[in-house]
Amino acid sequence: MSSPLISLRSVDAGYRNSTVLHNVTLSVSRDSFTGIVGPSGAGKTTLLRLLLGSMKPQRGVIDRAARLPVSYVPQLETVDWNFPATVSECVLMSRAARRVPWASRAERGEVAAVLDRLGIGDLGERHIRELSGGQQQRMFLARALIRKPQLLLLDEPTSGVDISTRHAVLHLLADLHADGMGIVLTTHDLNGIAAHLPHLVCVNKHIVAEGTPEEVITPDVLEETFGAQMEVLQHLGMLVVVDPGGPRRMVS
Amino acid sequence: MDTLLDPLSYAFFQKGLIVATISGALLGFIGVYIVLRGMSYIGHGLSHAIFGGYAAMQLFAAQLYVLGAGLWGVASALAITNVARRSRLGADAAIGVVTTASFALGVALFARFGSSGPAFDNALFGSILGITNAQIFWLLVVTAFTGIVVFTRYRALMFTTFDPEVANVSGVRTGRTEALLMVMLSLAILVTLTVIGVTLVAAMLVIPAVIARMLTDSFAKMLMLSTVVGSFAGLVGMYASYFAEVPSGAMIVLVGAVIFIIVLAATGARGLRRSAGLDSHTETPARQGVR
Repeated sequence: MSSPLISLRSVDAGYRNSTVLHNVTLSVSRDSFTGIVGPSGAGKTTLLRLLLGSMKPQRGVIDRAARLPVSYVPQLETVDWNFPATVSECVLMSRAARRVPWASRAERGEVAAVLDRLGIGDLGERHIRELSGGQQQRMFLARALIRKPQLLLLDEPTSGVDISTRHAVLHLLADLHADGMGIVLTTHDLNGIAAHLPHLVCVNKHIVAEGTPEEVITPDVLEETFGAQMEVLQHLGMLVVVDPGGPRRMVS
Repeated sequence: MDTLLDPLSYAFFQKGLIVATISGALLGFIGVYIVLRGMSYIGHGLSHAIFGGYAAMQLFAAQLYVLGAGLWGVASALAITNVARRSRLGADAAIGVVTTASFALGVALFARFGSSGPAFDNALFGSILGITNAQIFWLLVVTAFTGIVVFTRYRALMFTTFDPEVANVSGVRTGRTEALLMVMLSLAILVTLTVIGVTLVAAMLVIPAVIARMLTDSFAKMLMLSTVVGSFAGLVGMYASYFAEVPSGAMIVLVGAVIFIIVLAATGARGLRRSAGLDSHTETPARQGVR
């Protein structure tokens, strides 16, 4: 494993007087392709914010590589998609240090290249409201990638998108990781996302377990993480999580 | 034609026309950021807050009332931002508390001690009488300052308006950018207060920006259109106020409202769709600071 870009040691974190995460120790590097798994309110986004540096720990130490370029892809619903901007304008927002409003020729070329790579090269002048959920996710990715980050953090990158888009996003992230970019994402989708990642961190107010899907996706770990009994099956070499308390039993 | 040119023979009207046109442009320009941030109410609140400082300074140093009211306004704006960010109060509640208290103080001071400067009614509803060269100078200074800040920090302001959390982690000093926006807004309200009036400044922050939003999906074009609409409303409203013999601020706002109705009728559902959500004070998780 390459040297850590960010290390959390015995970190407590939360908001105002409440502590959301307790005693978290975690390292991420350029080798990381990690999924943070847990139920709503478990502290996934808080952990992401600690890694981003946008919130300070209440206790513990966070070591961060100097001048580390980190990019962040938030959940789609955190912005107003009616905002008057085109896809290209949104991507260029990441280059906020430029002191004139218009894009340079080099910037226009970079935007075109990153949009092409993400398969939305023909949508640069489209208003952001006119994009599908998958295209909006790709636009966010383009905005993150144009900063050339060493580490990419994504908050629920596949929530609200269809299955084919979910596959496309996963493949894209795998390509970026193969190019040497560290990737950390949050998800509550065990079968669609987590089972496909090489490394998982299960969170529920603290780190419940950490390791490969085979090590982490077990009934005991899932029960402690999600507070519900789940079964884990093998299907065509893949782990499949089944929730026996789900809708079928309720219907019968 | 002579009738139209008649008011231009008065020096006070010439000054009023210049100030109204530039005021409309300035408020329209800065209003884009206010409206897109869902903070339309802040213009209303800040103008009232500045009124408190304006009245207080009349008591202690009337010749410095512009400076005092300006500092009061900037302090109020920063207090609102701070209260909204750090406490459980939303921005609306923070504006309601900070600025209406300040306005009430102004009314009390005016009622108890009277005014040695512009009359109470003029401060509330705007007047073109008694506009000085110094006021025009400061209006031009604030307009130039606002233009330079927006030009040099265009992307940072746009990013902070669209997605403050990602802007913050992308290297934009969002706290400083928001404070700068509040300072610009306070100064803009202060230098336009004399013509537009305390109670009507907020309308000129909102109406041109909403009209521009209904007409375009481009941020840059919205800035330009809002500026043009604001200056047009200022120019025509000032003229109309002379002939109708009503306060300038009221007429400027009425002209803006008429343009709004015309654009609404012309753009129909498309315009409504574009402007949808501008009045919602939806707090993103990033703005709420909790998750």
